[in-house]
Amino acid sequence: MHVITRRLRRLAPQLIALAIILGVISLVAPGFLTVSVQNGRLYGSLIDILVRAAPVALLTVGMTLVIATRGIDLSIGAVIAICGAVAASLITEGYSLPVVIAISLGVGIACGLWNGVLVAILDIQPIIATLILMVAGRGIAQLITEGVILTFNDDTFSALGSGAFAGIPIPIYLWLGTALIVGLLMRRTALGFLIEATGINRRAASLAGVRARFLIFAAYAISGLCAAIAGMIVTADIRGADANNAGLWLELDAILAVVVGGTSLNGGRFSITASLIGALIIQSINTGILVSGFPPEFNLIIKAGIIIIVLTLQSPAVMTLLGFMKFSRRRETLTHGTKEATR
Amino acid sequence: MSAQHALLEARGIGKSFFGIPALDEVDFTLGRGEIHALLGENGAGKSTLIKILTGVYRRDRGTIALDGNEVSPEDVGQAQALGIGTVYQEVNLLENLTVAENLFLGRQPRRFGMIDRRAMREQSKALLARYGLNIDVDALLASYSVAIRQLIAIARAVDLSGKVLVLDEPTASLDANEVKGLFSVLRQLREEGLGIVIITHFLDQVYEIADRVTVLRNGRLVGSRALSELPRLELISMMLGRELQHITREHQAEPETVDERGAPSIRFQNYGKKGSVAPFDLDIRPGEVVGVAGLLGSGRTETAFLLFGIDRADSGTATIDGAQANISSPEAAIASGFGFCPEERKTDGIVGDLSVADNIVLALQASRGWMRPISSAQKRELADAFIKSLDIRPADRERPIKFLSGGNQQKAILARWLVTEPRLLILDEPTRGIDIGAHAEILKMIERLCSEGMSLIVISSELEELTAVAHRVVVLSDRRHVAELSGSQLTTDAIIEAIAGTGRTEAA
Repeated sequence: MHVITRRLRRLAPQLIALAIILGVISLVAPGFLTVSVQNGRLYGSLIDILVRAAPVALLTVGMTLVIATRGIDLSIGAVIAICGAVAASLITEGYSLPVVIAISLGVGIACGLWNGVLVAILDIQPIIATLILMVAGRGIAQLITEGVILTFNDDTFSALGSGAFAGIPIPIYLWLGTALIVGLLMRRTALGFLIEATGINRRAASLAGVRARFLIFAAYAISGLCAAIAGMIVTADIRGADANNAGLWLELDAILAVVVGGTSLNGGRFSITASLIGALIIQSINTGILVSGFPPEFNLIIKAGIIIIVLTLQSPAVMTLLGFMKFSRRRETLTHGTKEATR
Repeated sequence: MSAQHALLEARGIGKSFFGIPALDEVDFTLGRGEIHALLGENGAGKSTLIKILTGVYRRDRGTIALDGNEVSPEDVGQAQALGIGTVYQEVNLLENLTVAENLFLGRQPRRFGMIDRRAMREQSKALLARYGLNIDVDALLASYSVAIRQLIAIARAVDLSGKVLVLDEPTASLDANEVKGLFSVLRQLREEGLGIVIITHFLDQVYEIADRVTVLRNGRLVGSRALSELPRLELISMMLGRELQHITREHQAEPETVDERGAPSIRFQNYGKKGSVAPFDLDIRPGEVVGVAGLLGSGRTETAFLLFGIDRADSGTATIDGAQANISSPEAAIASGFGFCPEERKTDGIVGDLSVADNIVLALQASRGWMRPISSAQKRELADAFIKSLDIRPADRERPIKFLSGGNQQKAILARWLVTEPRLLILDEPTRGIDIGAHAEILKMIERLCSEGMSLIVISSELEELTAVAHRVVVLSDRRHVAELSGSQLTTDAIIEAIAGTGRTEAA
């Protein structure tokens, strides 16, 4: 009970922001909140948000961990392109689905480990280290696709992007499932705790015996893995690998989602759930602008405006302001409590 | 002109954090040409009071008058402009700038809109000359010792503010000579009519330099007295609220020779690293406290870094229970049953944003590996047990450790190692920067731990402390182990002689 209220309090700003945004969109665009069933599959703008959010949500899971170690991973947009190209080329060469998935995931992890080597072993600043793969990654993807948009026609693979199971689109399973597994891995083992300690004070953590290098490796590897899954979804969805545009700028959306989720770029305490709500906020804005019929050229400006508002509401200055009210209330309960204790 | 007013007069200052009072009805009066010591145990409210006076925090209640005019500094800059300057424990200057740039940061002399480097250099030289410093003002600050940086910080603060100078633990990392130099500067400033507030834990220094003392305890004012009429015992009892017992001396009653303790279980032979510490031999027996003495820069901390695997030895061997051990990293050292409380608590010790409980279980969790998490029930139990047995305050395991005072942080770091049940605990300056109450408790705990069979290595610059707790003291000088004293040889005089024997090494 206590744990649940504490978690809710942590997530409150993000949940409130999401609710307000959804509320505003539904006022502008009637029917926005309706969900219908057609051909045994759920349809509606809300479902659309959940499906469209899949790539960013997946990236956000990994990005949250990387940022918790006090790093950043700019390469994941390019990793989407690489893994998409790998998957597409394997499909066109006729490999079976399990092989395609396994190799794509392996390539994603390898990309993450590469970043891990640069950051954890060579001590290169994360922003520079991952910038290398961000730039080179698209080149690698172009080499794999040989400079063309590599299209394929394989219904089983493209189901990853556009299929549905039990009425729910498969991308939703993929990102929710990944987030759940990674979340459990972090909190049911000591990984999350040790990553937080490393991110807050790597030296102190190392002196306490924490294997900081391994943890940083793990964070970047998971980030690469998440990007690989996102890459397969993107590729499956359009039935083709576009080395130039797949996942373009998505790493920035993922960073934004983590920040909107309230995890500090200075590393340390993180919440995957809050980051995911951040990702949903971003996708809701994207979809909302689309369905409410604004001219598309306004999209980016409106999105920026809303993000600024959300971040302002979460800023330390506003939080202290709200905090004052909260603490004065808590103080009453505190003095009340001590009275009862002394009684 | 305004002689009827004190220079700085604070009345009825009150401040709470999160509903918990940190200061309550505290008065503080500072006269012109006065050096005023502000004393109290950890958590007494010294820092809070200073931060209110210097504009870092805003007070909840009370008034502050400077020269008889009420002031309410809203930030450090305002306080500086009003005349109140501060030099913090971790000197607040920028290492990557030159001395002159540090002195004139934010107010560089200009010529045609450009920074006038020549004027800045000249003015810097003139400014520092007043403090007897004749150094290259174009050199990077990082190239100077802490003592000189401190004088530079004082010069800057006095030049900026000029009425009140607040010094937070100014002598914590200075050696005896440097302290002397600092004090003569302070006396000179006193002559010039400055009011100086000094926070320190060294009572000797309080009596040497200060005119008045104000003692705080648990956020309240205990009293403010002239030092000339305040006996030391009375001052200590003001601080502790109880008569200090003679805790540190008991140990000497049972002099032991080395051989009585049996064979050493941990041996370092010809152990060393080029450029760090010359090869040395060190045997450690179960239940033994080995002291390490030496001046700053003599290789004390470097020895600890070698023993704990932070630096890798390039010569010699380590043997544990007769078997060769490869201590190539802190993880390896911990696996061998070592623990290490570093000197730099903030950067090397605490994980600030994590709770006290998380900090306490960190080393244990790290040694268990990530796949075997400590359950939250277990964590709670461990944390509460050690919060109780070490008297960590406030007794709140969920509070982020960065909000605890230095002494309590130190206890939490000790607890971090005690939960791993180490066979050898290395303590680097375990009592630095903490108040006498916690100081005595930590010394007592060292004795208790070794009576339980744990071996300890205690590095300390306080020789009295070493002779009191250690069975044996290794003396370092010039990055070399120069002597090992035990039994009746173990006196502060003998340690000083051993250090002096090879000549002084520590340059400014």
